[in-house]
Amino acid sequence: MMSTAVVQVRRLRTRLAGADILRGIELEVQRGEVVAVVGPSGGGKTTLLRALNYLTPFAEGEIDIAGQRLRPGLSEREDARLLRAVRLRVGMVFQGFHLFPHLTALGNVVEAPCRVLGMRVAAARERGMALLARVGLESHAGAFPQTLSGGQQQRVAIARALAMEPEILLFDEPTSALDPRLVGDVLAVLADLAAAGQTMVIVTHAIDFARRVAQRVAVLADGQIVEQGTPREIFEQPRSAATRALLGID
Amino acid sequence: MMVVGCEGAHHSSGDTLDAVRARGVLRWGGDVQGGEPYVFQDPADSTRLIGFEVELADALARHLGVRAEFVQNDWHTLIPSLERGDFDVIMNGLEVTPARADRVRFTNPYYAFGELLVVRRDADAIDGLTALRGRRVGTLANSLAHEILRGTAGVEVVLYEGVEEPYTDLEQARIDAVLLDSIIAQRYGLTRPTLRTAANVGDGLYALAVRPGDARLQAALNESLATVVATGELREILQRWNLWDDRQVSLSVPAPLSNPERRTRMSSEQLVLFLRATAVTVVISALSMIVAMTGGLLLSLARRYGNRPVRAAASLYVEVFRGTPVLLQLYVLYYGLAPLVALDAFTAAVIGLGMNYAAYEAEIYRAGLDAVPVGQSEAALALGMSRRLVLRRIVLPQALRIALPGMTNDFIALLKDSSLVSVITVVELTKQMTITAVDVRSWLGPGLLCAALYLVLSYPLSRIARRLERRLIPVPT
Repeated sequence: MMSTAVVQVRRLRTRLAGADILRGIELEVQRGEVVAVVGPSGGGKTTLLRALNYLTPFAEGEIDIAGQRLRPGLSEREDARLLRAVRLRVGMVFQGFHLFPHLTALGNVVEAPCRVLGMRVAAARERGMALLARVGLESHAGAFPQTLSGGQQQRVAIARALAMEPEILLFDEPTSALDPRLVGDVLAVLADLAAAGQTMVIVTHAIDFARRVAQRVAVLADGQIVEQGTPREIFEQPRSAATRALLGID
Repeated sequence: MMVVGCEGAHHSSGDTLDAVRARGVLRWGGDVQGGEPYVFQDPADSTRLIGFEVELADALARHLGVRAEFVQNDWHTLIPSLERGDFDVIMNGLEVTPARADRVRFTNPYYAFGELLVVRRDADAIDGLTALRGRRVGTLANSLAHEILRGTAGVEVVLYEGVEEPYTDLEQARIDAVLLDSIIAQRYGLTRPTLRTAANVGDGLYALAVRPGDARLQAALNESLATVVATGELREILQRWNLWDDRQVSLSVPAPLSNPERRTRMSSEQLVLFLRATAVTVVISALSMIVAMTGGLLLSLARRYGNRPVRAAASLYVEVFRGTPVLLQLYVLYYGLAPLVALDAFTAAVIGLGMNYAAYEAEIYRAGLDAVPVGQSEAALALGMSRRLVLRRIVLPQALRIALPGMTNDFIALLKDSSLVSVITVVELTKQMTITAVDVRSWLGPGLLCAALYLVLSYPLSRIARRLERRLIPVPT
């Protein structure tokens, strides 16, 4: 079978303040796949996700992503072209959303298409409105982020990332900042994206959420992927001690 | 606005001559900044004051049977300080003019001088007052020469604070002529080989001034003066300071009497001058603020994103310009650098204030930049924006919003600090106030008008800024 991997992480190590966060990560993501990375907090999940678009540099190993190769020691200044090439194809939805407070919801969505891709404003706004409609927020297009609820802000952040038509979409703890009642809304949006064939990597500590959203689950503990498989395999027949500990089974 | 002068509201009752005798001390006011030969610090011993007026004061006091004691006071406020009772008498190159004679009581003169018009050697066309139409002529504010120039049609008067600077500027061709007392012209102007006397356009007298009610002190001083003239003491003193000339022979002439035409209200012409000076203040402040904002932005970016030498240079700039007085910076820029770049006064004022305030703006912007969460840049980078775009579209707009209250504050401070540019000959609002105050013999009316104009300028500014802040700064949920 021909490999359709769009992300390949090999021997990835990070070293922050003398401590190894990631200690030899191996991970592949296929086109159109939804992968959830689960694990205990402090296990390096967010570090791994941020390494994928090089917001956090790494010390060893390499990442092939979106047709580019990331390696240790890249610089924001000198390797700007390479990093931009990756980030143009890899979207990210942050845990804290990081919406731009001086722009409206629609402004947040059209900013990068207009400024980075050079889209005409009218066309970008039209598509931005369509994206806001897709996440159920067309009536809030003119609202500033501070006036939106956490769930609404997250959906604007998703629309903002989608506006760049990314090959891969990264989610950092999408449920952690949300009221539990709103988790269903996020699930619906992600299911809609998955159905459309969007490749996604989702970092989460919410087991139930991972079970419902992912096609494949990778367990990250102590800086290594200790186990991966379908949600059924991981959550019903866990093999490693770390997974069992995570699920509260002994 | 009608303003009435407030003379008469000063000084305790009782006779000053009796007080002087009881005290055993005659306090005389002057300004050592006037320099040689009047009264100044001895270059050989800076604790000692010397000058022909020091010697004359000692002689006059001796004849009164008391000791003379010098009181330092800014030259421009000698008369109000005399009225306040800070000293008993003024003796510091105070020219006898009708305007002054109306406010103080002059003794007989102790020195006669000419008003010398000094020009560059190559300026053949200027031979007298009538040739000054359309020319820039330097002098000291509120001097007799200033009066003469104001009565000469078509002259653009440039006002200085010191005696050295007008002649420096004349050499630099920033002005076309200088009109000042012959003592000053001979010592500070004609010592320069490039300058020459064009004409003697008037005569004047220096005399001591006492408060209007001190007729007895005036009489006693006149008696002492007559004695030093008769004994040849005055001549000796003047000769020792190279001040004796034929003019002094006629020194028995008494000072003129009070000017019958009292002018203690501000005329409509003076109001027009006030409004013009207000416009100067506004334009200088606005242009300086533009320079300051541009410079401050570049400095803050250099400190944040530059490499090590760039960062060090920007930090040094901020420390130097923030850590030294703006007055000093204006002097250096206008007079100090004149041999290299002869900026005109207006340009120097805008650049000087702008460069000073740029240091403050840089710090405000730096604080603003630091206050934008790092997540904002990360989110923008993650969208594929270049670093430059991230700065311009995401970080700077938020940083400037945070900086807005500080910028408003600085603009208002700048508006008031713009009064300092009068030291480099720009007549702005505060300078106009001091000039008018001397004209109408009262500081109260012009002072209040001046304050009102500053408030009229600054208050709307802070209102507009507050509205902008409310509109621009996101309200946290």
